[in-house]
Amino acid sequence: MNPTVSKALKHRLFWPIVTLLGLLVLNVAVYPSFFSIRLQDGHLFGSLIDILRNGAPTLLVALGMTLVIATRGIDLSVGAVVAISGALACSIIAGSSDPNSPTTVLAAVGISIMLALVLGAWNGFLVSVIGIQPIIATLILMTAGRGLAMLITEGQIVTINSAPYKVIGGGYWLALPASIVIALGMFALAALLTRKTALGLLIESVGINPQASRIAGVRSRSIIWMVYIFSGLCAGIAGLMISSNVTAADANNAGLWIEMDAILAVVIGGTSLAGGRYSLGGTLIGAAIIQTLTTTVYTVGIAPEITLVFKALVVIIVCLLQSPALQTRLGSLRRRPVTTSTGGVLS
Amino acid sequence: MSIRTIDPTTARPKFVPSRRRFDLGSRYTPVLVTLVLLIAMWGVGATRYRGFLSVQMLLNLLIDNSFLLVLVVGMTFVILTGGIDLSVGSVVALSTMIAASLLRAGWPPLAVIVIVLVVGSTLGMLVGLVIHFFEIQPFIATLAAMFLARGLCYVISLNSISITNPFFVDMAQTRIPLGPGLMITPSVIIAVIVVGIAFFVLHYTRTGRTVYGIGNGGQSAMLMGLPVARTRVLVYVISGFCSALGGVLFTFYTLSGYSLTAVGMELDAIAAVVIGGTLLTGGSGFILGSVLGVLVLGIIQTIISFEGTLSSWWTKIVIGALLLVFIVLQRLLTTLRR
Repeated sequence: MNPTVSKALKHRLFWPIVTLLGLLVLNVAVYPSFFSIRLQDGHLFGSLIDILRNGAPTLLVALGMTLVIATRGIDLSVGAVVAISGALACSIIAGSSDPNSPTTVLAAVGISIMLALVLGAWNGFLVSVIGIQPIIATLILMTAGRGLAMLITEGQIVTINSAPYKVIGGGYWLALPASIVIALGMFALAALLTRKTALGLLIESVGINPQASRIAGVRSRSIIWMVYIFSGLCAGIAGLMISSNVTAADANNAGLWIEMDAILAVVIGGTSLAGGRYSLGGTLIGAAIIQTLTTTVYTVGIAPEITLVFKALVVIIVCLLQSPALQTRLGSLRRRPVTTSTGGVLS
Repeated sequence: MSIRTIDPTTARPKFVPSRRRFDLGSRYTPVLVTLVLLIAMWGVGATRYRGFLSVQMLLNLLIDNSFLLVLVVGMTFVILTGGIDLSVGSVVALSTMIAASLLRAGWPPLAVIVIVLVVGSTLGMLVGLVIHFFEIQPFIATLAAMFLARGLCYVISLNSISITNPFFVDMAQTRIPLGPGLMITPSVIIAVIVVGIAFFVLHYTRTGRTVYGIGNGGQSAMLMGLPVARTRVLVYVISGFCSALGGVLFTFYTLSGYSLTAVGMELDAIAAVVIGGTLLTGGSGFILGSVLGVLVLGIIQTIISFEGTLSSWWTKIVIGALLLVFIVLQRLLTTLRR
C-alpha cells in the first residue's frame, strides 16, 4: 500500500471527509448545478450557501459541545438554552415600544446572551463545584429549561417584526449570510484561543484526568466551569439566530433535538466522548455532514417521511466505521496484506 | 471457593432495612426519601383539594401511568448496568404505529401484540450488540435507534391511525372492580406483573446479580466469570421489550397510533428512575424506587391539574427542580458513604 494512502486512511478525519464528499457527489449527480453560487444584489446564493446558513446554529452549538466533551462532559441542555434565549430576546423586542430601534435589539440580544451565560454557569457550577455527572447535571436544565422558556413566552409563540433583529439569522454581511459570519467568527475565536494558547492542552488534560491535572497545577474546576459557560454562550447565540431567522420564538420547538445533532456532529468529527482529545476541524466537518445530509434528502428527492431513517443509517455507519473495535479489526486486516506484500485489501 | 457458592439464594441482598441505628449512607436512603416525598405530596394535596385523599386517586395514578411503569422497568435495568436508553419514547411511538396499522389491515390482535413485542426486542438486541461488540457509547447507539424508530414511524404513516379493533377497545374500556368505588384497568395489572417479574429477576436470580455487577464495574464482573456480554445485550433487549409493551399499553390508553406520540417520554422515564434513587453511574438502585419515581411524577401532574390556575409547563419546571434535589441528595449520600 502506498504510504501516503495508508497515512490518509489512518487519519481520524478520513471517514468523515469521505462521507461528506460522498454526500456532495451524490447531490451533484442528482442536481448538476448544485455547486453553482451566484451573486445577486451583493448577496451570495446557492445550495452550498444554504447548507452553511442553515448549518450555522448547529455548528455553533457543536462548537461549544466539542469543548465540553473534551473535558469528558456533555451538555444536554443546549436545546433548552436555545429556546430560552430566543424566547427572551423576542419577548423583550415584542414588548418594547420601538421594535425597529437598534438600541432595543442590542439590549435584547445583550440580556439574552447574559442569561445564556448564567445558564451555562449554572451547569458548570453543578458539574465542577457540586461534582454531579455532566449528563445528569445538564439533564436538569434540559427538562426544566423548556418550561422556563414557556414561562417567558407565556405559552405563546411570540412573533416579532424587527428589521435589525432579522439580520442575525437572515441578513447578510460582506455578501455572506450573517449567521455564517457569526458562527465562523466564534469558530475562529475558539480555535485561536484553544490551539494557539495552552488552553486546549489544559482542557484535554482535564478530560483525561481531572484529579491528576489538578494536582499538576491545572485549575480543573475553573476550566470545566469555563467550557460550560462557553457552551451556554454558543447555544444562546444559536437561539438568537434561529428565532431571528423565523422572526418568532417557539418555546416548544426552537432548538428541539439540536443537542442530538450537535453531539452527533462532534462524534462524527472524531472527538471521543470519553474526553481528552478533540478536533474543532472535525466538528466543522461533522456539522457540515449533518446539514448536507438534511439538504441531500431534499435534493435527491428522498421522501421526507424517511429522512430520519436515512439520517439514522448514516449516523450508525459513521459511528461503526469509527468504533475502536472495528478500527482494530480493520487495522489488522490492513496490516496482514502488507506483511504478505500482496497490496492493500481496502485501498 | 467454587463458582457454586455464588448461589442466588444466599447471595441476594437483604431487603429489610437494618435494625441498627438509622444509617444515612444506606443504599435505601434515596428510596425512603422518595417515599417520604410521595406521602408528603399526597398529604399536601389532600389538605388543599377535595377528593385528593381517596384510594381511587392513587389507583388513577397507576391507570394514567401504567405504560410509564413498564418503561421505567426497562430503563432501570439499563441504568443499573451504567448505560442509558434514549430510544424508549420512539419505540413506544413505533409500537403504537405498528399496532394501529396492522389492526387496520385486519390482523388478529394477539398476533399484532406479539409482532410489536418482537420488533421492540429485536431493536433492543441490535442496540445491545452494537454497544457491546463495537464499543459504541450507549448514549450514541440508543440515539441512533431513537432516530431510526421515529423515522420508521413516519415511513408507516404521517397521520394518526385510530384503533377500532374490539379487543383493543375492550382493553381500553374494561374496569376491574377492586372494592366499593375502586377500580383499575387491565393495563395496571400487566404493569404490576412486569414490575413483579423485574423485581424477582433483579434480586433473586444470577442475571440480576450480573446486572448489578456490571454497573459496579464491568471489568471486575468479567474477571469474576459473570456472563457480561450476554447480560449487557440482554438489558437492552429487556428495555426494547418493555418499550414495546409500554407502547401496547399506550395504545390501550389512547386507542390510536401516531408517529409524534411519546416525544420526550425517555426523559420522563429517566427522571422517574433518578427520582427513584437509582444512580445513573449504575450498580445501585431498586425497581420499587423507580415505581415510586413514576408515582411522584404522576402526583405532580395531578396536583398541577387540580390547582387549575397553573399551566402545564410548570410540570416540567417542578420535575426539573425535583431532579436537582434528588441528584444533589445522591451526591451527598455517595460522599457520606465513602
